[in-house]
Amino acid sequence: MDLDDEGSNFELKEIQTLSGHTDRVWSLAWNPATGTDDAQPVIASCSGDKTVRIWERSALTRSWDCKAVLEETHTRTVRSCTWSPSGKLLATASFDATTAIWENVGGDFQCVSTLEGHENEVKSVSWNASESLLATCSRDKTVWIWEVMPGNEFECASVLQGHTQDVKMVKWHPTMDILFSCSYDNTIKVWAEDDTGDWHCIQTIVSGHSSTVWAISFNAGGDKMVTCSDDLTLKVWEADIEGMRSGNDQVLWKHLSTLSGYHDRTIFSVHWSREGIIASGAADDAIRFFVESKDSVVDGPSYRLLLKKEKAHDMDVNVVQWSPGENRVMASASDDGTIKIWELATSSN
Amino acid sequence: MTLGLINANPIVHAKKERVARCEDPHCDDAVDPLDIYDFVRDIRDPEHPYSLEQLSVLSEESITVDDKLGRILITFTPTIQHCSMATVIGLCLRVKLQECFPPHYKVDIKVSPGSHADEEAVNKQLNDKERVAAALENPNLRQLVDECLYSNEL
Repeated sequence: MDLDDEGSNFELKEIQTLSGHTDRVWSLAWNPATGTDDAQPVIASCSGDKTVRIWERSALTRSWDCKAVLEETHTRTVRSCTWSPSGKLLATASFDATTAIWENVGGDFQCVSTLEGHENEVKSVSWNASESLLATCSRDKTVWIWEVMPGNEFECASVLQGHTQDVKMVKWHPTMDILFSCSYDNTIKVWAEDDTGDWHCIQTIVSGHSSTVWAISFNAGGDKMVTCSDDLTLKVWEADIEGMRSGNDQVLWKHLSTLSGYHDRTIFSVHWSREGIIASGAADDAIRFFVESKDSVVDGPSYRLLLKKEKAHDMDVNVVQWSPGENRVMASASDDGTIKIWELATSSN
Repeated sequence: MTLGLINANPIVHAKKERVARCEDPHCDDAVDPLDIYDFVRDIRDPEHPYSLEQLSVLSEESITVDDKLGRILITFTPTIQHCSMATVIGLCLRVKLQECFPPHYKVDIKVSPGSHADEEAVNKQLNDKERVAAALENPNLRQLVDECLYSNEL
């Protein structure tokens, strides 16, 4: 496979630049139900301009257009957005301390619910795999778990305290109802529900990163995760997935590898593709790609840099996200106000 | 908000002599630290009707530029060790720099080593882009920053 061949040359081809936002773009999300033969790919993006934009690629021209601007709802920066696994709902988290839930009603996006409760800026929102739970986190140091009820009703199931600072991101495990959060307090926390239905922290990774942890991403198998930090490293962690599946609360995530020396400014985003390519977006305007190195040392796998795309954007890269549908297609967004669609291709020599 | 001023009796220094600098932003491709200093020296202190230069919070040595990497580092010295206005001063510097310089320069703002009791915590907050963005959306804080930047009392 070309990823294993260290002699393969890769290049990151720019497919299109999506402009429209009038302030920095903080995050984006590919609609998971799109990008197939029937449904053209759709992306949601959110910005410091307080809006969310929906972009769709035309089947005819293969060009991306902005289909909708969701405005007049959030009154401050919209920091993150994420589609429900079915692609039917979009959750948006804002500095205005609310999380909005949107539904596409005949091409028109309507805000069907607003989740309130956090004391200040909401930083991230995540749906679990079965779409029964939503998690949010905030500068107020808490993580909230919400139950999704019929009729687009959301009920707060738990307010999780434990982080000692601003919580930057929450992410559900891809297959199990285990929640992960990362924070300005430099730690990563793992949360699970016990037999009585109470949520509690089952692990805190403290001696990992030495500064703010900005993002978490899981591999396809769900037995590894990668985190990125202001400490300029990516760290890979692994856990015994079978143990987790059998409901063993004592299963711990262990450090597998640290990728250091590759970044010299804060890494804001990291995303692991289905194929195993780790993409990172950083404050030096660059996007980097890493894969597992086949010359594994005795201690376990190591990772090598596959490609560094300098000046991917004119300013900080805030988010990188692989397409769920097409192979090696990725989107990124930046402080420069744009979103870029890319294809990672092997360059012909 | 505290009732009294954090530092009621700051030491005020005379303004340094200004040298006429080149007004044309394109006259030199490299960024001159003294050009940056000119933009920030007159920012007013949040608590006192004096500039950051007059209070020795900033001096010419405060600014270092790495043109090759496109980085600007500003170190400032709060007037006292427990200055709670340190983050406000840092915000003022960041906003002023954003207005004056090409966006592709990366700006890091720190308190000068040893000058603040919570040096690490203050530096971390000042350089967390998300925290800075959220702070500047806070109307009260934004107003304070604007007063420091646009005050014409000097």
